[in-house]
Amino acid sequence: MVSQDKLCELYADMLTARYYEERLQEEYLEGKQPAFDISAGPIPGELHLAAGQEAAAVGVCHHLRADDTVTAPHRPHHVAIAKGVDLKRMSAEIFGRKTGLGKGKGGHMHLFDPDVSFACSGIIAEGCPPAAGAALAATKRNEDAVAVAFLGEGAIDQGAFLESLNFASVHDLPVVFVVEDNDWAISMPKERVTDVEDGSDRAAGFDMPGIRVDQDDAIAVYEAAGEAIGRARDRNGPTLLEVQVHRRMGHFMGDPQTYRSDADEEAALARDSIDRLEAELRDHGVDDDELDAIRDEAESRVDEAIAWAKEQPHPDPDDAYDDVFVNPPSGVTTEEPEFELAEVNADE
Amino acid sequence: MSETDEVIDRELTMSRAMVESIAHEMREDEEVFYMGEDVADYGGIFDSTQGLLDEFGRDRIMDVPISETAYLGAAVGAAQEGMRPIAELMFADFFGVAMDQIYNQLAKNTYMSGGNVNVPLVLTAAVGGTYNDAAQHSQTLYGTFAHIPGLKLVVPSTAYDAKGLMHNAIRDDDPVMYLFHKRLMGIGWMPAPSGPKTPVPETDYTIPFGSADIKREGADVTVVTLGLHVHRALAAAESLAAEGIDVEVVDLRTLVPLDTDTILESVRKTGRLVVVDEDYRSFGVTGEVIARVADRDLGALDAVERVAVPDVPIPYARPMENEVIPDADDIEARVRAVASE
Repeated sequence: MVSQDKLCELYADMLTARYYEERLQEEYLEGKQPAFDISAGPIPGELHLAAGQEAAAVGVCHHLRADDTVTAPHRPHHVAIAKGVDLKRMSAEIFGRKTGLGKGKGGHMHLFDPDVSFACSGIIAEGCPPAAGAALAATKRNEDAVAVAFLGEGAIDQGAFLESLNFASVHDLPVVFVVEDNDWAISMPKERVTDVEDGSDRAAGFDMPGIRVDQDDAIAVYEAAGEAIGRARDRNGPTLLEVQVHRRMGHFMGDPQTYRSDADEEAALARDSIDRLEAELRDHGVDDDELDAIRDEAESRVDEAIAWAKEQPHPDPDDAYDDVFVNPPSGVTTEEPEFELAEVNADE
Repeated sequence: MSETDEVIDRELTMSRAMVESIAHEMREDEEVFYMGEDVADYGGIFDSTQGLLDEFGRDRIMDVPISETAYLGAAVGAAQEGMRPIAELMFADFFGVAMDQIYNQLAKNTYMSGGNVNVPLVLTAAVGGTYNDAAQHSQTLYGTFAHIPGLKLVVPSTAYDAKGLMHNAIRDDDPVMYLFHKRLMGIGWMPAPSGPKTPVPETDYTIPFGSADIKREGADVTVVTLGLHVHRALAAAESLAAEGIDVEVVDLRTLVPLDTDTILESVRKTGRLVVVDEDYRSFGVTGEVIARVADRDLGALDAVERVAVPDVPIPYARPMENEVIPDADDIEARVRAVASE
């Protein structure tokens, strides 16, 4: 049984993540209406929002400590929020500001917060090998930290994912691969890219447990992830966990979704994991006042972070030249050694 | 001035010098480990890890599946956790199967994180031809790796340099690619020229990156090169000396950072520049070196030539491979050409 307090925590993070995406959508579309121009408005670049995928992120990350590493893909906000990434500095990064997590050099697909061991890759499935590497480091250091790689179901045909499953399996690494199955790889529905309906079946090919959570249900995810992360923490090897989620928005903001039927979109909107958890909380006797209080707190936290981000300074153009390498250079010498070496024959 | 009074005469092959520095760093720092294909029991196909398994065991000298994306990416992940992995790509030519981890993760994570994250990984790889291994096992790809911002790039030509550069590479907090030329390693089945086997101090010492080395002083023509072709250029210089052409040979030692100052100083002295490279001619080291000199002091250049692999894949059969990989005769011809201008 998941405690009521834990359920409230999951609910709070799901609300935070959902409201965050809704607020970013508003901000992002500013200056992009009526004609959509990707270069206009306060948020630069592409924006991949994760509304409808919150259950997977919170259900998994609520088992993790700050020293457990998480890698997220191009759609990372809900995972970052569930992992405890600094919301203000993350927001500043998304707005391209100097005080952002990456000083405005990374943007929303490339969020790095080493304080909570969180990293991203905008290239799908390529966060899997580094997550396995973080797990390898924990093993070598005899620490009980674990690692989790998040990816979408559209990424599970990538070599980086499949190679990582094998690498993790043969080295018994404490890592969990979490596939968020939102049914869509941009415009490609799952049935057109793979004949394997249940992505977790792929685990069998690597002699590791595969679990699929069919319902977009935070409690079910939390329970399944508890088992998988417990196995990793106890040094019993990796797990592949697939979670059915729903994509409530386009692949990216501005995606007209002409490839998607109205019925599919409506079905995705109807299955809301937040409503489901809210009903569960009511069954536990949590009343409207308590639910409202959680919602208010989540929303004000988001509003505060976004307001803070928008006040932050833009980077100076010259900042583009910093951070290609560690600055100042460390660990290296600048002194040429002086030895007297015997003469050698240098002819070829 | 010398750090010791004695003349150092202990000679090592380049591979022994590399292994000596890796072993030293592994003794000093438990966070250093080595992983790659056939690096444990085999000792590295090109002797890059020979003997290390016996001293350090399988946890620290790790054989891995033939799965470059997985293990290079795992090395990136371990480095981001603060460990100091050395990961070996058996042939630089194999980079393609793991290119995203090299080009998009290893090289960029420091930058994209605004310096919040660093990746102290040494990526070693064997490079080069001259033994008829054809187009997929003979490239140096220097330009390919030097092109992407965020990777330091080391190419030793002697045992002495190999050791000092490896110490520096492992201690560096940034990603370093360390490309060793197969022909220089001193492998039993691939005889090396005599040049790369040099006296090597037993102590640990670091050679700074971005410090080119004048391997031969000369007044008439500057030859800038790296790796195997340092030795070919030195051989050419000896022949040319008999003709009265005095060649200066500049060994770059690192491509990133590139020591433009030393190149420029030499060119200002000789006025004549020949850049020699075992990578492809176009969009590569030769063009870059010449452009750097031209940017800084176009007037210093009286004559320029480049010697590189013409823009064809490396062919298999000996007559054709010998044709496209520059040899001492090719270098001599281009040096004569600039000397006569």
